[in-house]
Amino acid sequence: MPQSSRPSATKKSAPHPYPLPVTNGGRGINAGAPQADEGHSGKEEALSPRVTFPNKVLPYLLVAPQLAITAVFFYWPAGQALYQSMLREDPFGLNSKFVWFDNFARVLSDPNYVNSLKVTVVFSIATAFVSMAVALLLAVMADKVIRGRGIYRTLMIWPYAVAPAIAGMLWLFLFNPSIGTLAYGLRWLGFDWNPLLDGTDAMVLVVTAASWKQISYNFLFFVAGLQAIPKTLIEAAAIDGAGETKRFWTIVFPLLAPTTFFLLVVNTVYAFFDTFGIIHAVTGGGPGKATETLVYKVYNDGFVNLILGDSAAQSVILMVIVIGLTAFQFRFVEKKVHYG
Amino acid sequence: MKFQGVAAGIAASFTLLSTSSAFAVTEISWWHAMTGANNEVVETLSKEFNESQSEYKVTPVFKGTYPETLNAGIAAYRAKQPPAIMQVFDAGTGVMMAAEGAIKPVADILSMGGKPFDKSQYLPGIVAYYSKPDGTMLSFPYNSSSPILYYNKDIFQKAGLDVDNPPKTWPEVWDAAKKIKTSGAAPCGFTTTWLTWIHTENFAAWNNVSFGTNENGLAGLDVELKINSPIFVKHFQELADLAKDGTFKYGGRTSEAKQIFLAGECGIFTESSGGLGDVVKSGMNFGTGSLPYEPEAQGAPQNTIPGGASLWVFAGKSDEEYKGVAAFFNFLSTTEIQARLHQVSGYLPVTLEAYEKTKADGFYDKNPAREIPIKQMMGKAPTENSKGVRLANLPQVRDIENEEFEKMLAGDQTAQQALDKAVERGNAAIKQAIGN
Repeated sequence: MPQSSRPSATKKSAPHPYPLPVTNGGRGINAGAPQADEGHSGKEEALSPRVTFPNKVLPYLLVAPQLAITAVFFYWPAGQALYQSMLREDPFGLNSKFVWFDNFARVLSDPNYVNSLKVTVVFSIATAFVSMAVALLLAVMADKVIRGRGIYRTLMIWPYAVAPAIAGMLWLFLFNPSIGTLAYGLRWLGFDWNPLLDGTDAMVLVVTAASWKQISYNFLFFVAGLQAIPKTLIEAAAIDGAGETKRFWTIVFPLLAPTTFFLLVVNTVYAFFDTFGIIHAVTGGGPGKATETLVYKVYNDGFVNLILGDSAAQSVILMVIVIGLTAFQFRFVEKKVHYG
Repeated sequence: MKFQGVAAGIAASFTLLSTSSAFAVTEISWWHAMTGANNEVVETLSKEFNESQSEYKVTPVFKGTYPETLNAGIAAYRAKQPPAIMQVFDAGTGVMMAAEGAIKPVADILSMGGKPFDKSQYLPGIVAYYSKPDGTMLSFPYNSSSPILYYNKDIFQKAGLDVDNPPKTWPEVWDAAKKIKTSGAAPCGFTTTWLTWIHTENFAAWNNVSFGTNENGLAGLDVELKINSPIFVKHFQELADLAKDGTFKYGGRTSEAKQIFLAGECGIFTESSGGLGDVVKSGMNFGTGSLPYEPEAQGAPQNTIPGGASLWVFAGKSDEEYKGVAAFFNFLSTTEIQARLHQVSGYLPVTLEAYEKTKADGFYDKNPAREIPIKQMMGKAPTENSKGVRLANLPQVRDIENEEFEKMLAGDQTAQQALDKAVERGNAAIKQAIGN
């Protein structure tokens, strides 16, 4: 991905007085599509190419497999969840009653639900911040390395291939109060480390594990973003006497804004929905309910406590949140973030 | 309607195909949650049963942890493809009992097999736990265990405690634990697995105090919890106080504390008798004793209640299959199999005869720890407080208890507050669970 965005950037920006970077942040895959048609005719068409099919049925046939997959794997289960969220039912489905929005009312008035909402917000912000800050630091450092660049990058990207539950176990072992090496070090430093009973310690532990896993992903996009920043700008600033820190905060960081914004959304979605495995392996939502996120509560209520209606109602609420986040991303990330 | 006809036709043709290819051997699927050595026991038993006759074939299928197995069974029932036999852990018993139309009582099945269930041959404590209020046995006890006390003899020696006499009551345990801590024999005196199962459910039975109304749920699912009565508050406040300076160390909600004991961090440990295997394997110089009781409680020690799992049979199977299941259960109940199961795996024997045989063989003289849970369970006829605990949502109630205990051990609330909240939240959850 990083390689693909760089040459196209120079190619496209050649006629401009200033070499403007591509506005695609890190979304390298989409980057090639509009540019491929550049030689077509007018500028408008180059940005939104319109393909015409000679046959009216063919386009529908071509999208049919995708539609079928979406219908079977998204609309059907989503519809089921919606229906289930309005039922009161025993686990075996022997008795069920249609109760309209009772489940939603109960879920939303449950203090534990409000608690898990708070936990999710704290967890997501912390995870997104830590994983992005560390990734940016590493990316800036790796950008300076000249020899062995490939090895550094490969090693940085590696953790992304680790399954969440395994990542969770890794950190659990490192921080286990009885046998963990890092826990031993913490205690030696005088910290009373006990994630089994201390909610804050447990939160630190899951945030660390979740961030660690996401750093690779963020690193990849930051490296791509950094490569898209024209060296001439930085060199010009250097000639004007700007120090390294100043150059970073006034040139590099603002130019990385689209990447950062995109990653913020992706990381939030990740922290919301993809961290179940880590939490399940590390804390199981405890101690108390200190690390019970919204997704974990859906699982716990549905599969451990077997309250299907409440669990379904919670997943419908989550669905609304995802739709909201996606709409937000499309509206702002795709359209509003520019730099001049 | 038309669609249903077609579906039935397809289903019928599939059935025909499968029966013709199976040469009239009735297959009985058995979903279980046993891993490691216990999984081998399941495989061996199935194999031996299949080789002992030619009409039925039991196929064991591993389905993950206890809760995962239960969920898989429920999902399969909803998809109308349940297995014949499913292993369900103790806490899931209430869930299964509440699903009256989905299961078939084991007593009925044994009658269908021509060998009606004879209660007097089975260990009373276990039968009572898996029976309906009217006495009908609902599930077949497969692996039962009970909590006992383990102690590290080396640590006892270092602390100057009597190596051959483990503490018998909770005050004695606390004294010994403090001695271990203050003498520096070990960094912690006492730890335990399962605060819920051992220190709440078994604590109630062993001290003959009520866990909840309606005979702890055995007489009816409409239960109000009683675990905030003074004796529980006293016990948990003592635990919370000991936790402050590390004399008591909390390991986690289920069996995590075993690690702490095996690592030699704590001197005294309460855990399921089923955990004996791991303790033996660690090579530790250990001793065992009965579960401690509260000397102030009247009639204590009463009896402990079984944990572990039992085998449930789903409704809607053919008579042929039920006969096969009955034959398999009769095979499992034979003295020879039971005695071997008990001696090899550490589960309790289900029949009295198997117990007597093991005793006559002199097995307990060499392995006294194996007899402790049986004696605990058989010592006295169970009272309304000690038959067991059965809630429609026991796993959920245990979670609630754990959350409150953890906040208490972290120092955020007193035992009284923790237990009051556990009762309040637990009662609300029970009401919701049975209010379907």
